[in-house]
Amino acid sequence: MKATREAFGEALLELGEKKPAVVALDADLSKSTMTLAFAKKYPERHFELGIAEQNMVGVGAGLALCGKVPFITSFACFLVGRLEPLRIAAAYNKTNLKIVGTHAGLGIGDDGASQMGLEDVAAMRALPGMVVLQPADELEAKQAVLWAAAHDGPVYLRLTRQKLADCHKPGYQFQMGRCDLVWAPEPAPKHYQATIFASGGTVGEAVKAAQDLSARQFAAQVVNAATLAPFDEEAVRAAAAVSERLVSVEDHNVNGGLGSAVCEAAAAAGTGVPVVRLGARSFGESGTAQELYDKHGLSAPHIVEACLRNL
Amino acid sequence: MTTATAPKTDLKKTAAQLRIAVIRMIEAASSGHPGGSLSIIDILLYLYTQVLRHDAKKPAWPDRDRLILSKGHACPALYAVMAHCGYFPESELMTLRKLGSRLQGHPDRLRLPGIEASTGSLGQGLSIALGMALAGLMDKKDYRVYAILGDGEMQEGQVWEALMAAPKFKTANLTVIIDSNNGQIDGHVAEIMSLDPLADKLASFGWNVKAIDGHDFGAIGGAFAADRTAVGKPRAVIAHTIKGKGVSFMENQIAWHGKAPNKEEADKAVAELTKGLS
Repeated sequence: MKATREAFGEALLELGEKKPAVVALDADLSKSTMTLAFAKKYPERHFELGIAEQNMVGVGAGLALCGKVPFITSFACFLVGRLEPLRIAAAYNKTNLKIVGTHAGLGIGDDGASQMGLEDVAAMRALPGMVVLQPADELEAKQAVLWAAAHDGPVYLRLTRQKLADCHKPGYQFQMGRCDLVWAPEPAPKHYQATIFASGGTVGEAVKAAQDLSARQFAAQVVNAATLAPFDEEAVRAAAAVSERLVSVEDHNVNGGLGSAVCEAAAAAGTGVPVVRLGARSFGESGTAQELYDKHGLSAPHIVEACLRNL
Repeated sequence: MTTATAPKTDLKKTAAQLRIAVIRMIEAASSGHPGGSLSIIDILLYLYTQVLRHDAKKPAWPDRDRLILSKGHACPALYAVMAHCGYFPESELMTLRKLGSRLQGHPDRLRLPGIEASTGSLGQGLSIALGMALAGLMDKKDYRVYAILGDGEMQEGQVWEALMAAPKFKTANLTVIIDSNNGQIDGHVAEIMSLDPLADKLASFGWNVKAIDGHDFGAIGGAFAADRTAVGKPRAVIAHTIKGKGVSFMENQIAWHGKAPNKEEADKAVAELTKGLS
C-alpha cells in the first residue's frame, strides 16, 4: 500500500545511483512530488526553478538536448496546464524529457477542484510520440519509472497522491504499451458479462466491483491499462471478443482519457460491443478521496451498477 | 573547426549577398517573414563566422557552441547563414517552406542538422538555452549557448521566468540577444506592449547588459568579445536594429513583418542590395 508518487521518489533515488545522467527539476513542490530525497542526496543534479512551470519544461528540454535525462515534476494540472511548452519543447523536439504529474484526479481529496488534474491524459494523448503511463501500484510505478528513464523520448507519468493497494503479484513485469489482467474469477470463464478497464487510482475499485459481481455469479474481469498512449488496442479487441460489454473507469474527465481510448479501439475493430464509461463529468471539489469516488461515480458500487444496468 | 575569420570589411558584402538570398527565398516560397530576417541577419552572420565554435561538417559535435533562434520566424536569415557556412548547399535555400523541405517555415531540428532546437512558438528558446547552459556547467564543458529573441517575443511570460532563473544559476556561459527592431505583427512594440526600460529590467534581474547598434559589425564584435571569459552573470545584448534593414521600402514598415515580396518587389529589393556589393 503506497502512493505511486512515493514509489516514484524511491525509484528516482535508485536511478540517481545507477544513472548519472538523471537529473530532477522542481517548481516548488519537491516535498509533494517526492523528489526531495533525490535533491538532498544529489544537490548538484537537482534544479529548483520556483513556481514557473513553463520555464521548467524548457530548461528540462535543454538539459535533455545535452544528454541529461531530466525528470520534471509538479502536480499533473500545473504541468499539463502548460501544454504549449510541452507540445513544442518536449513533443515536437522529441526531447528525452520525463514529465511527472503527481496528485492526479479526484483522489487528491481535500484540496479541491483547482488542484485536480482531470484533463491531463486527454491533452497528453494528443501529442505525437508522447508515452503516457499511469501505474496502478507501487511495483508497477517503480518499473514504469525505470522504463521511462531507459526510454529515449518524452514520457508523461501520471501519479497519485493517495496510497494504492497492491494489485500485482511479486514478479510482475510491466510492459510498456500492454494492458494486463489484474483480476478474473477462478476458474476463468470463457465468456464474461463485462470486462472492466481501469487505470491508476481506479484499479482497486474495479477489482472490488468484480469480486462483488463474481459472488453474484456475474462474470467480470479487470484489465489494468498502465499505458494510456500508445494504447493497447489489441487488449480491447480481445476483451470485446469474450465480453458482452466493456466498462471503463478512470479518475479523469470521461472525455479524452481511458474511456475514449477504449471506445476508439472497440469501434475501430468493429467489435459492436457496447462501452460504458465512468469518469469525472464535472470539475472536482473538496472531500475525502473515497467520498469523491462515491459522489462522482468511480467507486465499486458504481462500477457494479455499470456492469449490471440494462443498456 | 572554427569558421572562417573573414576580414570585417567583407562582412558587409557577405551580409548584402545573404540579404539577397533571404529576399529570393521568401519570394520563391510566396510566404515568410522578411522584416525580422533582415533585422537579425548581420548578428547571425557575425556570430556564425566570428564567434561561434562550430563545425558544419560535424553538427552534433558535443563541444560546439549552441545557438537557438527563439524568434523562429526569422529562419530565412539563419538558413542563409548556415548555407554560407557549409551546412547544406546554397541551392537548397530555394526549397524554403516547400513540402518535404528540410527548411521548414520555422526551424526544425529533427529535419535539418545544425538546428539546435525546433522553435517558432514564441517565448520558449531562452528556457531551452538555459537548460543547455546548465548541462554545460554540470559537465564542466566550455561551450557557450546563445539565444536570439525578438523584442515582441519578450512579451511572453515564459521569457521572464527564464530571465529570473538564469542569474540564480550563474550561467555566465549563456548570452541572450534581443533583436530590438520595434516591430511586431499588430504594430510597434512600444505601442502594443512596451518593454521599456528593457536594459534596466534585465540588469535588475541580474544580467550583464549591453546595448548596441545591431547593424554595426564593430559594435557587434565588441558586444561578444568578452563572452568567452565571462564569469558570474549571464549576458544580455540588446541589439537595436531596423526591421527590413537593407531594403529601403521594407525598412521600419510593419507590413513587411510577414509578407512575401512579389517578383517586381523582390527584383527592386535585390537591385538595391546589389549596389551594396560594388
